[in-house]
Amino acid sequence: MSSITLNKVTKRYGSLVTVDALDLEIDQGEFLAFLGPSGCGKTTTLRMIAGLTIPDGGSIHFGNREVTDLPPYLRNAGLVFQGYALFPHMTVAENIAFGLEMRKVDKRDIEPRVTEALRLVRMDHLADRLPRQMSGGQQQRVALARAIVYRPDALLLDEPLSALDAKLRHEVRTELRALQKDLGLTTVFVTHDQDEAISVADRIVVMSNGRIEQIGTPDGIYERPANRFVAEFIGTSNFLSGSMDGKDRFKLASGEVIGFGHVGAGSEKSTISIRPEQIRLRAPSTKPRAGVSGNEIGATVESIIYRGNMTEIVVGAGAQRLTVHQQNGFGRGVPEFEPGQAVVLEWSPDAAVLL
Amino acid sequence: MTFLTRSGDKIFHIAIIGLAALAFLELIVPLASVIWVSFFENKIINFPPKGYTLDWYANAWNMPRFREGFLMSLKVGFVATMVSMLVGVPAAIFLARTQFWGREMIQTILLGPLIVPGIVAGSALFMFLIGFEVATGVQIAQTFAGLCLAHSLIALPWTIRLVTASLVGMDRQVEEAALTLGARPFTVFRRITLPAIRPGIFAGGLFAFVISFVDLEKSLFLVGPGSTTLPIAIINYLEWSIDPTIAAVATVQIAAITLVMVVTDRFFKLTRAF
Ligand SMILES: Nc1ncnc2c1ncn2[C@@H]1O[C@H](COP(=O)(O)OP(=O)(O)OP(=O)(O)O)[C@@H](O)[C@H]1O
Ligand SMILES: [Mg+2]
Repeated sequence: MSSITLNKVTKRYGSLVTVDALDLEIDQGEFLAFLGPSGCGKTTTLRMIAGLTIPDGGSIHFGNREVTDLPPYLRNAGLVFQGYALFPHMTVAENIAFGLEMRKVDKRDIEPRVTEALRLVRMDHLADRLPRQMSGGQQQRVALARAIVYRPDALLLDEPLSALDAKLRHEVRTELRALQKDLGLTTVFVTHDQDEAISVADRIVVMSNGRIEQIGTPDGIYERPANRFVAEFIGTSNFLSGSMDGKDRFKLASGEVIGFGHVGAGSEKSTISIRPEQIRLRAPSTKPRAGVSGNEIGATVESIIYRGNMTEIVVGAGAQRLTVHQQNGFGRGVPEFEPGQAVVLEWSPDAAVLL
Repeated sequence: MTFLTRSGDKIFHIAIIGLAALAFLELIVPLASVIWVSFFENKIINFPPKGYTLDWYANAWNMPRFREGFLMSLKVGFVATMVSMLVGVPAAIFLARTQFWGREMIQTILLGPLIVPGIVAGSALFMFLIGFEVATGVQIAQTFAGLCLAHSLIALPWTIRLVTASLVGMDRQVEEAALTLGARPFTVFRRITLPAIRPGIFAGGLFAFVISFVDLEKSLFLVGPGSTTLPIAIINYLEWSIDPTIAAVATVQIAAITLVMVVTDRFFKLTRAF
C-alpha cells in the first residue's frame, strides 16, 4: 500500500499523443476514479502504472520507490483488464491463487484467502469452474478477486464491473469500496458510469485526449466544473452565453445581467453553466425566493416531460433553450406549469459557474 | 414467400451435404482400395478377387528391404520430429513475439518447402552436401545423419507454422495478467504460454513425423547403403514387379500413421490446433 505519483508521464503511438505529460498524485489508500470518453487514454495510463506499457517520458513512483523502468512482476500492482484475461486452463480457484503462489505464500494460507476473495465477489460456489464455463459477469468478478487477493500496492481496475447487471454491480462496488477502505488499498478505477464514479470515488479525474481536464472530489467536479467539457461530460448542464459586465457580473446575450458563484479554469469567460436541478420556476406574478434576487430571467415553457423521480421542463429564454429538473415527491409531480406559459427562472448565485 | 425461402434453404443444405460426402469419398476410396487389394489372393491385380489371403503380408515381412526400410523410416521420422521440435518451437516463439526487420520475409521463406518441388529441393540439398564433402572431406550425403538432416529440414516449416499459428491465436493479455500478478517471464512461459500452445506443439510434432515418414522425392538422392527408407523401398520394388505385396506394405504404412495420430489425439484433441 503506497501512494502513486505520475510526473509528466507521456505515451505516443506514432504521431498520436495518447497520454500527454500527465501529472497525478494518488494518495495512499485513496479511491480514484478515471472518467473520460472512449480512446482518451485511460487504459494506456493504467498500463503504464502497471508496467505493461513503457512511457516515452516522465516518471512513476509508488511511494518513494521509483518504478518507471521496473518490470510489471516487480511492481506489486493488481490489474483487472477490460477483457478479464483469466487463465483459460486454470479453474477459478487456481486463477485466484496464482498471485499468492508467485509471492510464495504458504500453501495452507492460500486456500482460506482464495475462499475469502471468492466470497467477496459472490463466486464461492463456482471455485472449480473453468473460465469458459462462466458468463462474462462471472469472469469479471473472478478477475477482480484475482487482483485483490494479494493486497497490491496499487489496485488498478479497468472497468471492472461493466459486465454486471445494475443490482449486482451496486452490490459488488459497495463491497469493493468497503474492502478497499478496510485494507487501505490505493485504487484507480476506470469507469464509463459517472453515477458510479460520483458515488464511490474519493476523487475523480476527468480525462480527454490524453490530458486531465479536472481533478476533484465528486461534489467539486459536479458543482464547480473547470470547463465546458467537464460540465457536459459529468451530468448535464445549461450553458448561457454572453460576456463579462464589470468584474463580478455577467451580461447575457438577451441583455439580462446576472451574478455567478464560481469561476472555471479557462480564460474565455463567455459562458455561464447552471445545472438543471439548480433552477426554480415561478409564475411572474409571485415574489422571488429569499437569497436568489438578481439571478432571474424571463422564459416561456416549451415542454414538460414526466420522468418518474423528477419532471423535466424545457423552457425558451430568448434564443436559448434551458432544461429545468424539478424533483417530484411530497405530493408534487403534477405539473404546476403548462406549455406556452410565461415563467421566471431563478437560481442561487452559488449555482452559476462562469466558464 | 416463406415457403420458397425454406425450400431454398433445404436445397442448399442438401447440396452442402452432398459435396461434403463427395469430398470424403474421394479421400477414402483410394485408401480403402489399397487396403482391400492387400488381401487379394491373385498375384495379378484384377477385380473381383479370386479369394482372400494374408500371404502378401508375410511376403513383405520376409523381404529385408521392407522390414529395414520400415524401421529406418521410423528412426528417421523420430529424429526429424525431435530436431524440428527442439529448433522449431523456440524459432516459432521468436518469430511470433519479436518485431524485427525481415520477419515477414523469413515467414514467407518458411513456406518455400511447400512450393518448391520435392525433387528439386532434394537434388539441391544433395549437391550442397557433395560440395560440403569436397570442401571438408566429411561425408554427409548418403549417411543416416544426412537423411535425418534432410528430413528435419522438410519437417521444420510445418512445426514452425503450426506453433506460430497457435501463438498468434493466443490472447496476449493473459500473459500480461500473469506478469502483473508477479510471474517472471520464464514462469509466464511455463505456466501460461506453454499450456495454451500445447495443441499446436503436438500437432507440429505429429506433422513433422508424418511428413518425414512418407517423404520420397527429397530422400531419393540422399539414401545410401543401409539407409533406405520405406517409400524408397516401395518405389524400387515397383520398378520390377507390381503385386499385392506393395498394397500390404502401404497398408502397414497407413496403419503406422493412423496409430501415431490416434495416440496424439488421446493427449489432446487434434482438431483444436487448426
Ligand atoms: N498498442 C497501441 N498501438 C497504437 N495505438 C494505441 C495502442 N494502444 C492504444 N492506442 C491508442 O491510444 C488511444 C487511447 O487508448 P486507450 O486504450 O488508453 O483508451 P481508453 O481511454 O481506455 O478507451 P476506452 O474507454 O474505449 O477503453 C486510442 O486512440 C488508441 O487507439
Ligand atoms: Mg480502455
